Amino acid sequence: MSLVSDTGKYILLMKRVFVMPDRWRMFFRQFPKELEKLGLQSLPIVVIISVFIGAIMTIQTKLNTENPLLPSYSTGLVTRDTLLLEFSSTIMCLILAGKVGSNISSEIGTMRITEQIDALEIMGVNSANYLILPKISAFVVMMPFLVIFSMAVGLIGGYLVGVFTDIITTADYLLGIQYAFIPYYVFYSIVKSLAFAFIISSVAAFYGYYAYGGALDVGRASTNAVVNGSILILFFNLLITNLMLN
Amino acid sequence: MIEVKNIDKSFDGNQVLKNVSVLFETGKTNMIIGASGSGKTVLMKSIIGLHRIDKGRIEYDGRNLPDMKMNDIRLLRREVGMLFQGSALFDSLSVLENVIYPLEMFADMSKEEMKERAFFCLKHVNLEEKAFGLTPAEISGGMQKRVAIARAIALEPKYLFCDEPNSGLDPKTSLIIDKLIHELTHELNITTIINSHDMNSVMEIGENIIFFENGQKAWQGNKDEIFHVDNESLNDFVFASDLFKKVKATNQ
Repeated sequence: MSLVSDTGKYILLMKRVFVMPDRWRMFFRQFPKELEKLGLQSLPIVVIISVFIGAIMTIQTKLNTENPLLPSYSTGLVTRDTLLLEFSSTIMCLILAGKVGSNISSEIGTMRITEQIDALEIMGVNSANYLILPKISAFVVMMPFLVIFSMAVGLIGGYLVGVFTDIITTADYLLGIQYAFIPYYVFYSIVKSLAFAFIISSVAAFYGYYAYGGALDVGRASTNAVVNGSILILFFNLLITNLMLN
Repeated sequence: MIEVKNIDKSFDGNQVLKNVSVLFETGKTNMIIGASGSGKTVLMKSIIGLHRIDKGRIEYDGRNLPDMKMNDIRLLRREVGMLFQGSALFDSLSVLENVIYPLEMFADMSKEEMKERAFFCLKHVNLEEKAFGLTPAEISGGMQKRVAIARAIALEPKYLFCDEPNSGLDPKTSLIIDKLIHELTHELNITTIINSHDMNSVMEIGENIIFFENGQKAWQGNKDEIFHVDNESLNDFVFASDLFKKVKATNQ
């Protein structure tokens, strides 16, 4: 019952979010700030995680596929396709659901409990549109760049394994990441990431917007935003994969 | 003028407002007083439209709020200023930007004119210029209240709502805030509704006092009449302290 009513509330909130802003000037003032806060400030975590996962994936693939029948380039190929198909879109978005989702829900939730949202409403401002639209649009715009960046950095992480260890040669790795490259995988990954960016930002905004009570409730709203956002990402991952790769 | 007629409001079957009818006059400081849980905050939020009432009319100079569509309500709210209990200033903006904000949203002014108007409002509430660039977290509670008043009057509202304007303030600052609200009400000839527990405020600026008890209007009058009321609950509430008992004895 709660799922049905929450879904209804979410849809009604999105109806209020996706209308023309009262003042475009205010939207365009907020938009770059959100690009910076939600996108650029996520770059360090994307770099750190991607480079390490790229390296670890290369090592593990190589160690688990020690077979003379397998071509030497297979490690690079597996690393590349795993990064392109799943890691840089889905896993990265699950990580960002924690960082960005909790950021959005706690910011909006705090505004709710300190009556700042009421103040906007009483001024006659569409608070949902003013607060949430720049966040969703900025995050959706930034996400493809984060995903492509994650792919590139992840591949560099794998390359570093070749440079600093004897596990794989850089030549084999470079051959592998270029072998049988399917550009559609990048497109598929970007499409997925756009959907996930919308889920992360809108679900987090929903929980923050309807936070009620005190600091504990804002914390609870953040937790709900991250947990439910992550579940929805996994569900839509299955759905989009089935639609685009099946 | 705001006229509330026979309004009811319930939450999950619990009736909080029971057939309330009140007239809030223009150019007067209308004060709603009552014990905690008596329903005065619900009344104020219902009048503003933050709570949807179950029945009755809320007329803003003849315009019935419950009949209005969302767009009309938003237009009406541009005529409303509100001072929240916790000030509700936007913490990402500076003091000056907080006051400029409603102007940027709704006034057709140049940037210079907006700045000029914000300066005027902030100076009107006696805020020092050196505080204009600070964020709300960097100023005191009393200063935050003044900024909130400046923001509330920036668009020259016809209706001003103040929810517990003195909560958390020292007696001297409370008095300054009370006088400021009172002066603005007369100067701008607006309808001001104040929700308060503070008996000093009531005695200082209460021109039209509404005493609330169990979700109903139990008494209405002014600060002079309050000394001669034969209402036990009101007397228990207003003259709870020894000081006010002495004041009452002197006035009688």
